[in-house]
Amino acid sequence: MKPLKRYFPIFVLPTLIAFSIAFVIPFIMGLYLSFTEFTTVENATFVGIKNYISAFTDNSDFLNALWFTIGFALVSIITINVFAFILALLLTRKIIGTNLFRTVFFMPNLIGGIVLGYIWQLIINGVLQPFGYAITSDERFGFWGLIVLMNWQMIGYIMIIYIAGLTSVPTDILEAAKVDGAGVFTTLFRITIPSVMPSITICLFLTITNSFKMFDQNLALTAGAPSGRTKMLALDIYETFYGRVGYEGVGQAKAVIFFLIVAAIALTQLILTRRKEVEQ
Amino acid sequence: MKTKFTAFLLAAALIFSCFSLAGCTSKKNAALVYFLNFKPESAAVYEELADKYEAETGVKVKVVTAAANTYEQTLKSEIAKSNPPTIFQVNGPIGYDNWDDYCLNIKDSKLYSYLTDKSLAIHDDGGVYAIPYVVEGYGIIYNNAIMKRYFALPDKKTSFTDMSEIKNFRDLKAVVEDMTAHKKALAIEGVFASTSLSAGEDWRWQTHLLNVPIYYEISQKHKEGDPTLALLDADEITLKYSENYRKIFDLYLNNSITPKNLLGSKSVADSMAEFALGKVAMVQNGNWSWSQISGVKGNTVTAEDIKMLPIYTDIDGEESQGVCVGTENYLAINKNATAEQQKASLAFLEWLFSSDIGKKYVTEKLGFITPFNTFSENETPSDPLAREITRYMKDENLKIIPWVFNAFPGEAFKKATGDALLDYAQGKKEWDKVKDDIVKAWKSERD
Repeated sequence: MKPLKRYFPIFVLPTLIAFSIAFVIPFIMGLYLSFTEFTTVENATFVGIKNYISAFTDNSDFLNALWFTIGFALVSIITINVFAFILALLLTRKIIGTNLFRTVFFMPNLIGGIVLGYIWQLIINGVLQPFGYAITSDERFGFWGLIVLMNWQMIGYIMIIYIAGLTSVPTDILEAAKVDGAGVFTTLFRITIPSVMPSITICLFLTITNSFKMFDQNLALTAGAPSGRTKMLALDIYETFYGRVGYEGVGQAKAVIFFLIVAAIALTQLILTRRKEVEQ
Repeated sequence: MKTKFTAFLLAAALIFSCFSLAGCTSKKNAALVYFLNFKPESAAVYEELADKYEAETGVKVKVVTAAANTYEQTLKSEIAKSNPPTIFQVNGPIGYDNWDDYCLNIKDSKLYSYLTDKSLAIHDDGGVYAIPYVVEGYGIIYNNAIMKRYFALPDKKTSFTDMSEIKNFRDLKAVVEDMTAHKKALAIEGVFASTSLSAGEDWRWQTHLLNVPIYYEISQKHKEGDPTLALLDADEITLKYSENYRKIFDLYLNNSITPKNLLGSKSVADSMAEFALGKVAMVQNGNWSWSQISGVKGNTVTAEDIKMLPIYTDIDGEESQGVCVGTENYLAINKNATAEQQKASLAFLEWLFSSDIGKKYVTEKLGFITPFNTFSENETPSDPLAREITRYMKDENLKIIPWVFNAFPGEAFKKATGDALLDYAQGKKEWDKVKDDIVKAWKSERD
């Protein structure tokens, strides 16, 4: 008997059961509930695709949140990856205290989103107050506040992945490039970046999904103010579900659409960047 | 083969232990009465009450408290479990609409017979499904010490000498604006505490303040019958008294301790602290905020100086208007619980609101003004705000404004209103647009 089969019960089964209870079953139930009207999961009645129609036609909240989220995701994906990569490049050089710096940059990632949101709300309100503004005064403050917050939280984590990628770039190729007289930028774009493509794939995937799914930071920092103009998809779903009587099904339908969007974007990105990965 | 067997056994043991552990704990907690509490501030008192009740009757009462603002979420998940709450709370007719599948008809219960005013309960098709257990009130709370300082000013522009002379919006406005002019002499930083408009902190304006103009609108349209029920059926509102709503809101904004643009960063706790520290003279809030005022460190307001004024909005005949009194705390019994559990749950509530120990806890520790006839005259809470509410309720010359906001169309409507008010305060929206937003939000939520 193959070892894989023999150890299946002890190594895979517990995880599989946990995964089913915590993910697969709720997911299937959620899918079903998006086609029903319900208060609790027990008293659902089937209504067809009515919820999906309401999600788009009742008001423009969902579409607004979608555009805001896409804008946010675009900016934060670029800034996070660029900054994280630059930091990783700096911290893989032989500078004194790189370990200390790596730790410091990684630390914000250990703090929960809600806490970070409130901390940054205090900071941003404190900065804006002398000018007679609060973070709710204009949606642009909220937007850039969210970008700063997300960058602050994610850069350290993404940086660690890039560092791992950079340290595994084969030194013989780098030395060969140096001997051939390649400049710093040629080396960076022709050798370093193609060699860390697997890391880039992972980092892009993480930043895309995290930017789309962002919830607690959004709730704590602005909660959508002013007038829901800084509301992201996850928050809109939450508010639809809990904020209106009889809208649980619509919230559920929005969540399913949300899942499809995130899955489609993330999968496309995976396929695209995988192609660029080089075999070593 | 042997290894495979061991592996299976291990896995089975692992899984089984999880289940048996869960089974074990749930058995231990199998209490007859499970009360899902709405008020986090009273959590400890209810735990104590449960112990007292168990000691007295031997019936175990399980009390679970939902964190602030998460009652609906908690109830939604708790009620789908195998040991659901037997007593839960709905927040009025709208809340009942959502939970009617779970509410037991308690028309024949003793608890219902205790109600002084039977119309307060939630009726549906001849049955009684939820019973209020606490009456609360709100208005403009003021610090009489500061007011006395103002009335003693030699160069004040108004001729009033006592707060009892303030009977309408015009007088209130004259006094407030003159006080703002004399801020330095009065040693205050503003007349009104911050009009807190940050997310989740705007209910004093989008719900409580809006209650006044909406009440006048609906009670004029339907002269007979219960205004809350009439409002529940209203598919549309016109916000006829929108100018009155604006007048009082402007008064709050223009005489506030905080510049308008910064109100989006303020919370209710901020404004209660400003009041407690004597930085401002007035704040709109209800009797529940007493614990917040008395709990602020270094507070300078004494209990005798805390009084309440009705919310005047420049409506004709408002001289005879009182504060806003009502309830959004209704208890319901879970229809799907076993008959034994339902009986025990009602018994517990009846004990709570009619036995001597229960009543003592209710008035002294929970500080509730109850709508039950089992409580005598002297069994009312002693905090200054509760006393003010009781005073207004007893004054026969004044007309109480009921809480018609129980019939507002739900959170989404309130949120839209709050958003519009924030935009208005920040100068991003004209009042006409605010009025429009409120009217539209009502219509779309009622569709």
